[in-house]
This record gives sequence, structure tokens and C-alpha cells, in this order.
Amino acid sequence: MTASAIAVRGLVSCREHAVVLDGLDLAFEAGQVAAIVGPNGAGKTTLLRHLAGLDMPAAGEVELHGKLLASLDPALRARSIAYLPQAASAYWPLRARDIVALGRLPHGADLSRPLGSRDTEAIQRALERVDGVGLADRPIDTMSQGERARMMMARALSTEAPILLADEPVASLDPAYALETMKILRDEAARGACVIVVLHDLGLAARFADRIVVLADHKVAADGPPDMALAADVIDAAYGVTFRHVSVDGVPQPVAWERQE
Amino acid sequence: MNRWLLLLLAVLFLLSLAVGPAWWPWRLGTDVGWAIVWELRLPRATLGLLIGGVLGLSGAVLQGWLRNPLTEPGVIGVSACAGFAAVCAFYSGLAATFALALPLAGITGAAIAVALLMGAVRSGTGTVSLLLMGVAINAIAAALISLVLALSPNPFAYQEISLWLAGSIVDRDLHYLAMAAPFMVLGAAIVLGAGRWLDALSLGEDTARSLGADTRSLGLRLTLGVGLMVGAATSVAGVIGFVGLIAPHLIRARVGFRPGATLVPSMLVGATLVLGADIVVRLLPTASELQLGVFTSLVGAPFLVRAVRKAHAAWLAT
Repeated sequence: MTASAIAVRGLVSCREHAVVLDGLDLAFEAGQVAAIVGPNGAGKTTLLRHLAGLDMPAAGEVELHGKLLASLDPALRARSIAYLPQAASAYWPLRARDIVALGRLPHGADLSRPLGSRDTEAIQRALERVDGVGLADRPIDTMSQGERARMMMARALSTEAPILLADEPVASLDPAYALETMKILRDEAARGACVIVVLHDLGLAARFADRIVVLADHKVAADGPPDMALAADVIDAAYGVTFRHVSVDGVPQPVAWERQE
Repeated sequence: MNRWLLLLLAVLFLLSLAVGPAWWPWRLGTDVGWAIVWELRLPRATLGLLIGGVLGLSGAVLQGWLRNPLTEPGVIGVSACAGFAAVCAFYSGLAATFALALPLAGITGAAIAVALLMGAVRSGTGTVSLLLMGVAINAIAAALISLVLALSPNPFAYQEISLWLAGSIVDRDLHYLAMAAPFMVLGAAIVLGAGRWLDALSLGEDTARSLGADTRSLGLRLTLGVGLMVGAATSVAGVIGFVGLIAPHLIRARVGFRPGATLVPSMLVGATLVLGADIVVRLLPTASELQLGVFTSLVGAPFLVRAVRKAHAAWLAT
């Protein structure tokens, strides 16, 4: 059996002496979209940060293709894992094309020098995938929130890493942008990437993910295909909410209905 | 743009050799005339060029690293700390026994201030809080300088040091140039290669790290580089404020706001500003020559006010 694209084994994460993740074992495969859902404070973002190598585990390990992530050369790690943080933004009003080009830094690009043809091609492909070629020469501060989010996604795509981590990429986006973003992530998986995305919207997760990991109380509450992971006995307890378990075209679309007393 | 700046710099450099109490000294055609050029004007012009360059570059580096357009060695207290350390070296007698004590003390003081500020940013300090921290560091450094002077047995110490701290490159001979130049050049060489990671930091520290930036070693590298540049500059010329603020501002929009792209142009603009200002103070009809640092503050402080007002609301909100 070949090693998973990325995996955590016995991952324990602590912040200021509080346990955020308590002994997680998860393996993620190439060519799939895995959604991580769960109530606020369950540790979704923390899990993603560990997968990106940004936080160090208190115990356990993160493995990239069977090798310890912590012992990997930062440049190799950066080429292998693209990370799109929550509410990604830029501190300076850079041109969109420059922002997307930053995704090529792991490949040795330097924006103060002329970019190589492999870099410019990757930047162009990333812009095309988010339908942003027409925006490329505009400064980021003149864009709408949706356009900006697309450029940030293009920055993550231009690395062309085999693993793509996205933390709530559809938060505060209109339905049209949200659907488009999910389609972009699906396309990446179809190209063979291992896509791991933190989502709040269970309906979107059910429609676009191959697999859903439900985190609750710092542990994995469920892990499996959408109809299994979003089953009544799982998410009602995980969220402390009674859901109406509706299904549209055979896809579960749970609706949060009442807070449990 | 860089080509025009270089041309302007060359013109200003020649003017700096020519302007002063004795105009066009080489036309005197005597040993005295050439002595003025070689021993007074040339070191002064070269120091102006180097000090302006490193101040402009330090401003661009600090603004890129701290992701804050209002940061500058003078405003946030880096120059003041370098000044305090240099004053200590001077009045402890260390500078008299060991020639390099002055620049080394300045470098240490500057590096400590940069490290303090970087530590603050790591734990998430906003733009305004950072500037207030700079105010505090400036105040502490000024108070400590006064304390050291009060303890000094030399009755003229206070006047001497106030004049020196106000920033000037008058009468700095080749000895001063030789003492400070290597450190300034070394510091510039250390930070000039960091441009691509400053670019990455425009997306925030987490994203920069995910792109392969080792932010801890980058922080050490920039602290060392800025410390070398500002410390050496301050130890020979005192505090010349606002150059590091103005230089990156003048060119940022022209280079598309990318931090790495501001480094070299900021260095050239900084050198232009200080060389130009040092010529202007010689021409002003003041009884005694106006201190260079006083002049840059007179011009630069209103610039800071304007920059604060123009700064994007989002920068100030955090």
C-alpha cells in the first residue's frame, strides 16, 4: 500500500495549556476533496495549521507521503503544500498578478527579477482557473471581496502543490462565488490534488466533498462519505443542535433547526 | 527610475564637494583648496551618501517587515537607542581607548531596539500601538541620555552631545568615514537579498511561512542588518530622522507597492535626500549652520502627519 498524501498520527495540539486537538488519526488521499466541519472551537483551523506545518504538535506527528513533515526542508514543504488561510488578504495594495506570483516563491521565483517561463505559465493557469485573467493587472484594494478571494485562491493554486489546504475559503462570499470556489477545489482534486478544506456550510460540504471529517470536542466525531458523516446521530450531538435532515437530489442538506436545551 | 536617481546623486555629490564657506575650493588651485576637497568635503559627501542610503534602505526594510507604512528608524526609536549606546561609549571613555567602540555600541543599541519592536509585532501589535511603542522607546532613550550626561564630569557634555544628537555630518573626516562605512555596507548587503521574503510577508506571517519563509532567521537577519546600518550611521552622524519614512513613500506607488521592489530605490532616494539636505543647510542664511537632523525633522515631521492621514483606514484600525 502506498503512503497517504498527508496524514496525522496521534496528533495532540495544545495552546496555553488547553488541549485543542486530542489524539487525531487521519489520512488524506490524492484526488479527493475532504471537508473538515464542526462547531466553533472544535480545532478545525488548528488541524489545518498542523497539516501546513505552521504549528508544532505537542505529541504525535504529521507525515507527508510517509515522511515526517517537521524534518522536511522548508522549500520542499512549501512546494508540496499550498495553504490558503482564513480571510486571506494583503497588507499592501499589490497588483493581483504580483500576488499570484508569490505562489511561485517555493519554486525559487524572485519577483524582483524576470520570471521564468514555467513560473509565468503557472501564474497564467492559476488565473484562468479562477476566471481572473481580466483582473490580473488591477491592484487588490480596488477589488470586491469576492474578486479578492479569487485572487488569493489563485495565489494558492499557482504553487501547483499536490496538497491544497483551504481554511473557510467561502466564508462571507455570495452564493455564486461560494459555488464557484467549491468547483475550483473539485477541479483541483480531479487533477489529482489532495484537497482539504475547512467549511462551515454543511450543505456545501455534502455536495462537493468526497469525504467529511466532523470534529467536535477536540476529537474526530465522524469521518466518512457525506451521508454517513452528516447522519442525525452524529451532527446533532456534535453541534448541540437538532437538525432537520433534508435531502436534495439524494444529497443530505441538514438544516440547523433548534438549539438543544 | 533608478538611472535618473543615480544621475541626480552624481550631480548632488559633485555639488556637495563644491558648496560651502569656500565655494569651488579646487579653483583656489592651491594645496589648501585641495585639502578642503579631500579632507573635509569628500568624507562629508561620502558619509551623506552612505548614511542617506542606509537610512532609506532601513526604512524600506522595517516597513516591509513590520507591514507598516509609518515605520522608520527615527520615529520608532531605533536611532535614539543607537544614540544612547554611543553616548555611553563616549562618556565611559571606551571610545577613547578603542576606536571601534563608538560604532559597535551604536550597532548594539540599534539592534536591541529593532529586536524589541519585532518581538512586539510577533505578538500582534497594530500600527498605532507600534508607533506608541516607538514613542516610549524614544522617551526612554532620551531620558537615559540626559541621565548619562548629568553623571558626566564634563560640564560641556550636555551642549556637546545635544548638538551631536541633533544629527550632522559637518567636520566628519576620513577617520569617521573609515570607521562607519564598512558596517553600513555590510548591513546593506545583509538586507538587500531579503526582498523576496519581504514580498511574501505582504500576505501575512502564516502565508509567508507556508511559502517557505523561515521567519525566525529572517527576523535575526533583518535585525542584524538594520542594526549595523542605523547603528553605524547614528554613531558618526547622530539622529537624522524621517529619511527612512520619506524615501519608501516617495517610490512605493511607482514600484507597485511590492516591499522587495522598494529596497534599492529607497536606498537611492534616501541618499539623494540626505546629500541634498546637507547642501541646503550649508546655503541657509542661519547664524551657525543648521543641524542636518533638525532640517530633516522640519521637513519630515509634516510628511509623517500627511502619511498618517492618508494611510488606509484598515492599517490604522488594527
